[in-house]
Amino acid sequence: MHDLAFDIAHLLAGGMVVVSFLMLYQDRLSALINVFALHSLVLVLAVGWQAHIQDAHHLYVTAGIALVFKAIIIPTALHRIVRRLGIHRTLEVVGGVGLDMLAGAALVALAILVMLPVTVTTDALAREDLAFALAVLLLGLLLMVTRQNAVSLVVGFMSLENGLVLAAAGARGMPLAVEISIAFSVLIALIVIGIFLFRIRERFDSVDMRAMDTFRGERRR
Amino acid sequence: MLLPLLLSLLLILVAASIYAVAATHQPDCSRRIYGITLAVTTVALGTALTHLLTAPAPEMLTLPLGLPWLGAHFRLDALSAFFLIVVNLGGAVASLFALGYGQHEKAPERVLPFFPAFLAGMNLVLLADDAYAFLFCWELMSLTSWALVMAHHQEPANVRAGYLYLVMACFGTLALLLAFGLLAGTSGGYDFATIRAGTVTPGFAGLVLALALLGAGSKAGLVPLHVWLPLAHPAAPSHVSALMSGVMTKVAVYGFIRIVFDLLGEPVLWWWGGVVLALGGITAVLGVLYALMQHDLKRLLAYHTVENIGIIFIGLGLALAFQANQMYASAALALTAALFHVLNHSLFKSLLFLGTGAVLTATGERDMERLGGLIHPMPWTALAFLIGAAAISALPPLNGFVSEWLTFQAILISPELPQWLLKFLVPAIGAALALSAALAAACFVKAFGITFLGRPRSPAAAQAQETDRYSLAALFTLAALCLLAGILPGLVVDGLAPVVGLLNGGARLTAQHSQPWLTLVPIVDVKSSYNGLLVLLFMALSGTGAAFLIHRLASNKSRRGPPWDCGFPDANPAFQYTASSFAQPIRRVFGSVVFQARERIFMPPPGDLRPARLEVKLRDPVWEHGYAPIAAAVVALSGRFNHFQYLTIRRYLSLVFGVLVLLLLGMALWR
Repeated sequence: MHDLAFDIAHLLAGGMVVVSFLMLYQDRLSALINVFALHSLVLVLAVGWQAHIQDAHHLYVTAGIALVFKAIIIPTALHRIVRRLGIHRTLEVVGGVGLDMLAGAALVALAILVMLPVTVTTDALAREDLAFALAVLLLGLLLMVTRQNAVSLVVGFMSLENGLVLAAAGARGMPLAVEISIAFSVLIALIVIGIFLFRIRERFDSVDMRAMDTFRGERRR
Repeated sequence: MLLPLLLSLLLILVAASIYAVAATHQPDCSRRIYGITLAVTTVALGTALTHLLTAPAPEMLTLPLGLPWLGAHFRLDALSAFFLIVVNLGGAVASLFALGYGQHEKAPERVLPFFPAFLAGMNLVLLADDAYAFLFCWELMSLTSWALVMAHHQEPANVRAGYLYLVMACFGTLALLLAFGLLAGTSGGYDFATIRAGTVTPGFAGLVLALALLGAGSKAGLVPLHVWLPLAHPAAPSHVSALMSGVMTKVAVYGFIRIVFDLLGEPVLWWWGGVVLALGGITAVLGVLYALMQHDLKRLLAYHTVENIGIIFIGLGLALAFQANQMYASAALALTAALFHVLNHSLFKSLLFLGTGAVLTATGERDMERLGGLIHPMPWTALAFLIGAAAISALPPLNGFVSEWLTFQAILISPELPQWLLKFLVPAIGAALALSAALAAACFVKAFGITFLGRPRSPAAAQAQETDRYSLAALFTLAALCLLAGILPGLVVDGLAPVVGLLNGGARLTAQHSQPWLTLVPIVDVKSSYNGLLVLLFMALSGTGAAFLIHRLASNKSRRGPPWDCGFPDANPAFQYTASSFAQPIRRVFGSVVFQARERIFMPPPGDLRPARLEVKLRDPVWEHGYAPIAAAVVALSGRFNHFQYLTIRRYLSLVFGVLVLLLLGMALWR
């Protein structure tokens, strides 16, 4: 039984990494947001499974928060924003997909290389979880770095945050208060970012980051 | 049960601060606030005195505040009780003074809310028993005092002083933070009991000593970390200056003693004492030389604080050197001298700053060159200031003499130290101490003579009036204490004995109350002894005797005639000795080397109507060689990195990402 529990946890955490990879090459914003919703859904399952096997009831609350906010409210809100901004049909230039994938694979390797030796003393479950969480975090950062559109940046940030929640669920003893406050801070970040997106659009007629760079008087690459 | 009482008293102070924010515009708010602080500090003084004299076991208390897994630990032992006495005595007298002085404050809303909080912060530092509480209270003390320095922020000089103070305070706290980090080690036991029980390797211990010197020294004003002190202390209102100079520097000394003597504990290495001694000697001499060059009365006093901190650190350095060689009896003497000087300096420096505050209220002037003749309109202030000046110049029978004499006694035992370096260093420090004592006397002849004697140099000085009775009561309380501690030093030394025993592995000076005639005998009476009472009796007898004889034998008819006018019948006050002319010989001897003092005389040719001018240029070696290069380097580096402020968002993200990946790579490879 223990082995099955471990395998399922492993599968779900690994699934998050795979979905992170999926996000890397989505060049349409609606698709990206949908994949992000899937990412959050997998997170909900992973956290819920952790709650089940650790017998930690407060993790169910975390999973519930993630389900409501991350998998439903935030993707819906982002879809609405994209639609109202009228950029749901635009294609975003994603740098070479192959290169992105390679970089992502290297980051996952790095995450495992860093995490596994550091956490020798903890149990195997937490070790794997932490390594995957770091990988998700790094992939989220990679997404943010490679994208031009402000909405993609937001999605990258949210997926990075998913990685943090995964890490928190894996590590035992993280107080519920911390998780709730993280969830709320993310929600507030979404509101603030949403407002900013509209303000930016009002001013520049675009949410492409390059427009802002030219406005700030910087040379373009 | 004294510790909960003390903590609830401090709660009253914090409440008073909050009340002051709300009620600052009521007309008698200042009276009420200072009345509360006076009452609270007096009770706290009595409590601390009770603890020190009855000397029970240390009291401990843990409150569920601060970090959740640590809590806030508080502890009352002999060391903190002694420093509580110093702090609350200074606080009580400053409050009493401010009952009168505070009426003249132009912006009470900038002073009243911070004053009780400042007192509470200083008290809490002394009671804190874990690193977190200590640093938190230390910062509370720093920030409230910074706000008080900035009370008169319309003057650009004060803003600069406040900025420099803030920078140095941050630096000092950083050093202390690192020191506590090293002491706590990897296990992270931040309460002092755990730190005391643990041991530190000699290398780390040396590092902790250096960090404690940097952290506490920057608050106390140890050269070369003193630069903020003479700017910030005078900028505050005078009763706050008295607290900052007389009391807050002592809290810094407490921090050093707590870390080095108590937490670090054994083993002590001999060169620690050497380092502390050398720094103390340099601080003492440079502090008094700086003071001699000043014409601003408050700044002069602030530089004297630097000098006295040097003297205290000389005592502490000697104690470290003796402890390293297991000479605990001698270490007890050096520690007693240092602690005695802590008390003394808080007494006479508060007295002098408060006296300056009285002068400032009466005339609106701090510049000595525009004062003079104040002994006629302000005789009582002048008398109190004279007592303070004599005490700080270490003249018997006042208290300054006793502690410096004890320091010299400790220096005289130093040939018994086995290390050759110390054998040579300590007498040199003794010479430096003697030099600084002599220069301090010269400096206070100047301060008192130019300010209070002669004729008024400005209309403001001519129209001065005696200060109010609250201020006079505060001044004479301190003056009386200076005299008492001077003529009954044995009682003070006995009071210090539990503190010395705590820091010195139980060894302390022999009890003095059993000595005949209240004599102070630090080691054995064949070697050295001092009796302040006899000195006072002798001075009183010979003085009254001489006066009696003169009045008896000379004619007692009074005549009034023109004084000798040196050939200037229409004497102008500008013909008098000035502060700079008084200091000129010393400036020529020492200043031309230390401060690169250069004088330039402009003598107009015949027929030219311009006045002749004498210009003196002084350069501050510490600032020019220590701080200016650092500031230049910071500016240059900031210029280099300036373009990082204008990167695109993606580049920022990429930078963060790149650094993260690099660090992770480093971690993966390093393992």
